[in-house]
Amino acid sequence: MQAVLDNFDLYLKAFGYTVALFIVAGILSMLLGTALAACRVGPVSILRKATAVYVTVTRNTPLVIIFATFSFMAPMLWSHLNFKWVEVSIGEFDFSPFFAAAVVSLTLYTSSFVCEALRSGVNAVPVGQAEAARAIGLPFAGVMRQVVLPQAFRASVPPLASVQIALIKNTSVAAVFGIAEATSRMRSFNNDFGSQRTEIFIAFAIGYIVIVELFSFGASRLERRWRVAR
Amino acid sequence: MRFIRTKAVLVSAALAVTLAACGDAGSDDKGRDVDADKDAAAALPDGSRMKEIADSGKVNIGVKFDQPGLGFKGATDDVPTGFDIEIAKILASKLGLKTSDINWVETVSDNREPFLTSGKVDLVLASYSITDDRRKVVGQTGPYMITGQQLLVKSDSDVDSIDDLKGQEVCSVTGSTSIDGINEHGAKGVGFDSYSECVQKVLDGTVSAMSTDGSILMGYAAENEGDLKVVGDEFTEERIGVGYSKKEPEMCQWINDSLTSAFDDGSWADAFELTLGKSGSETPEPPTLDECPAA
Repeated sequence: MQAVLDNFDLYLKAFGYTVALFIVAGILSMLLGTALAACRVGPVSILRKATAVYVTVTRNTPLVIIFATFSFMAPMLWSHLNFKWVEVSIGEFDFSPFFAAAVVSLTLYTSSFVCEALRSGVNAVPVGQAEAARAIGLPFAGVMRQVVLPQAFRASVPPLASVQIALIKNTSVAAVFGIAEATSRMRSFNNDFGSQRTEIFIAFAIGYIVIVELFSFGASRLERRWRVAR
Repeated sequence: MRFIRTKAVLVSAALAVTLAACGDAGSDDKGRDVDADKDAAAALPDGSRMKEIADSGKVNIGVKFDQPGLGFKGATDDVPTGFDIEIAKILASKLGLKTSDINWVETVSDNREPFLTSGKVDLVLASYSITDDRRKVVGQTGPYMITGQQLLVKSDSDVDSIDDLKGQEVCSVTGSTSIDGINEHGAKGVGFDSYSECVQKVLDGTVSAMSTDGSILMGYAAENEGDLKVVGDEFTEERIGVGYSKKEPEMCQWINDSLTSAFDDGSWADAFELTLGKSGSETPEPPTLDECPAA
């Protein structure tokens, strides 16, 4: 445990990157996932089919492959996709081209799961709701925004929380794609302090557990507050 | 139906041809076989771990499979190649074992100590730097090679030392000592899964340099001649040694004696020329071995 305590600043910074990846990719994947879900249940047949294909492709591709695509293949196809133009530093943290590639990969991957979780929520909204909304003359966007999606979000809080928890743990893939996040730091601690391997594992497991528990706590509070009375 | 069957035949024929082509693509340097040294084996003290291994007729040696020049095994190779591998063959010969009696076990940086303490491997020669912390868990002796970190950059780059890269990203393998070395010299280490991925990142211009042991970089520079070059002096010092289990302290003196005889009879230098020497580096003087701890 001494190794982690002596380098506690590095430990915290590593989890800082994990959390930063989660927050940025989490928000973007919710936005993109919602748009995808709207397309998937919408009236335009070409959009419905296109999103179905998108979901099938990204959901069935291992995350590592998506990461590899944006780290190695994309820059070869189009040089701007090496994200060299992303170079933001906030305090101690560098949001480098690697960070951008990781966010894009995680967002594209997670958004297909968000889309499907949300679609299950849409299906949980009684058909009468959408029919009534159409009957009072709302267009599709209005039906979605004001009637269906608010109820769908409430119904799908538990699966959405699971998707986002999976995202927290999926950020660890970024360790081998140029980001010094928690898993990468754990490996370097293991390399430097081989005699304290077990303690290092435990310390990093606790870090992940704390983050996931905090998030689940928030999600369960939200679930209780948003419960639809039926 | 017949049409589908014809197609299936065509596809499988095409596949077979492709696979055959892959088989041919295997590397042509298989290293060499080192004959068993029966005299040395007969001199092993009774009741020692060395004697036990020699009598069992098989030795498990942990090596790396992903470091060209040191320990590398291509997808189609049966036996790994590299300097670590050649030294391992010499050590096995001193046990009276042939090269074909060696069971090569792939170890990565994370599992070298666990593999030794659990007895999964008898020896580790996996570009294993000697450090005080590792010596708390396992036995390490040597070094049989001293190396240091250098930089690999594009041929048209004007970087010529790590000081030119302050604040810039430099690629290496996640969790490796090289990443620490980069960070200590003011550059920002970014970690990937393997050195070949870093080479790709240097080639596509995402990072301006990668860094690890000079001997590994030489191999990549030779592979990408004209595109990449190795620059700068060695800015760290790594002492590469042999790992053994702490439960078998008698191994240490035996390893040292075997290495000393390899230094003296020129087989160490041969091993170097056969592997790392190919990329143009001169054969150095054999390093001085550490004393074994009093048992």
